[in-house]
Amino acid sequence: MCPRNSLAALPWFHEALPRLDSPPTTAYPRPIMYKHRVIDEPGRRLLRMTVNDSAIEIAVRPHKTLLEVLREDLFLTGTKHGCELGECGTCAILVDGEPVLSCLVLAIACEGKEIRTIEGMADGPELHPLQTTFADLGAAQCGYCTPGFLLTAQALLDENPDPTRQEIKNALAGNLCRCTGYLKIYEAVELAAKRMRNGSDSEAKR
Amino acid sequence: MLRLPNFHYHVPESLAEAVRIKKDLGPLAMFVAGGTDLYPKMKRRQQEPHHVVQIGHLEELQGVRRLDDGSCRIGAGITLTTLAGDTTLKRDYPALAEAAHLVASPQLRNVGTLGGNLCLDTRCNYYDQTYEWRKGISFCLKKDGDTCWVARSSPKCLAVTSTDTAPVAIALAAEIELVSTRGDRTVPAGDFYSNDGIRYLTKDPDELVTGIRLPPPNGWRSSYVKLRRRGTFDFPVLGIAAWIRRGDGGTDAPVEEARIVLGAVFSEPVLAPEAADALIGRPLSTETISDAADAMYKLAKPMDNTDFLLSWRKEMVKPYTKKALEKLIG
Repeated sequence: MCPRNSLAALPWFHEALPRLDSPPTTAYPRPIMYKHRVIDEPGRRLLRMTVNDSAIEIAVRPHKTLLEVLREDLFLTGTKHGCELGECGTCAILVDGEPVLSCLVLAIACEGKEIRTIEGMADGPELHPLQTTFADLGAAQCGYCTPGFLLTAQALLDENPDPTRQEIKNALAGNLCRCTGYLKIYEAVELAAKRMRNGSDSEAKR
Repeated sequence: MLRLPNFHYHVPESLAEAVRIKKDLGPLAMFVAGGTDLYPKMKRRQQEPHHVVQIGHLEELQGVRRLDDGSCRIGAGITLTTLAGDTTLKRDYPALAEAAHLVASPQLRNVGTLGGNLCLDTRCNYYDQTYEWRKGISFCLKKDGDTCWVARSSPKCLAVTSTDTAPVAIALAAEIELVSTRGDRTVPAGDFYSNDGIRYLTKDPDELVTGIRLPPPNGWRSSYVKLRRRGTFDFPVLGIAAWIRRGDGGTDAPVEEARIVLGAVFSEPVLAPEAADALIGRPLSTETISDAADAMYKLAKPMDNTDFLLSWRKEMVKPYTKKALEKLIG
């Protein structure tokens, strides 16, 4: 296991959180990430990648999946841990803009890649239009599948700003949701696409 | 939690280095490109390589290239998403693009490669389970045990081929490029598979699939249909690839050559000459298609080791053969 007995004992931990006595700032706290270089452990290799626009340098063992490194080493627990066999899609993240399953990608295979997780989807305090519409239309119930759906939908909308219902279905065919029945999710993606196309930021933000 | 076991990870700089590593390490090493087949199997301890050799980045495995004679060379390392979305492939080899599009789910296709799908491990209800599950039934013939739980008297493993691209490759008479330390060679896709759930590929273990060569698109037509429980994720429980070439005279001209391949029933995709004979010399019509479907139905002998009732899976061979052939009318 990595050397982390207590999160609060880490020197940067309190710095990363907003201070209660300070006025609200525009700069939102960055998602908590454990930036460490431990290379003296046997079998570890130094890996450099970009996670949510921050350059990361981390030593990982080759058999660690990207999911394990994100959740357990970088503490980015927004990426959910599902079937681990590629059958559910909840661990989907974006690698260089493409949705892939982080449970089936080795972390060391991501050298030099750009990773985007759900923590990096909002722009500071401003939610991504997809996140807003998912909330508006009730496209999340238990929420476990939501990070995978949001990122996969984001990749779709980045490529195709005006997808048809069928294109949305095809793009989201790798994500399982056992609560909503998908209809609200499709509707939320359609609405988000519409809001993003109209560029009415004020509406998207409400 | 299912975690990967520890292993050594090799990233060779060249194809020559990759095959040398595999030659040196023998069965302890396995090639990996996308890993969407290997990693789940390693998590369930169905595959236990000590060394994993990454090959997906190698230059020889990339790209779709048109050769001078009109044929097409596709690198084994291109992802299934690329294969399904390539505009020239969609136009010239629609069955292959369609088969690639039907594999697994979008996220897996973004990572999984053509070569990986061609060499996909055979599947079985008694094999594709966690280590503890398999241990609970004292393991099966394919891995760690000595009894085939599908048919206890069977001397050979009956795991089912579950690749979508291989039936199409066989129907198109594609050739598979192999490279090893002894040099390179090509084998017809039809000779690449063998009807044994354990040794389901005829290639030597140290040979690496670098690409496939497809014949020039000159007038023939092809199609692929797939049966599975859901419209996504699932492996096929039946796949039919069809290929026909008609004589001159438009759509009513008699069929000169035909190849129909039955996938996901035996341990290898099986070419059905009887079904082709039902079409050859006659124009493609409801009647001839029905005859070919009957021939396919006779050939198919599914075992009770995948999803669905096996009687129903056999029943479905007829309508699915018809569906594949009806796509070729007109």
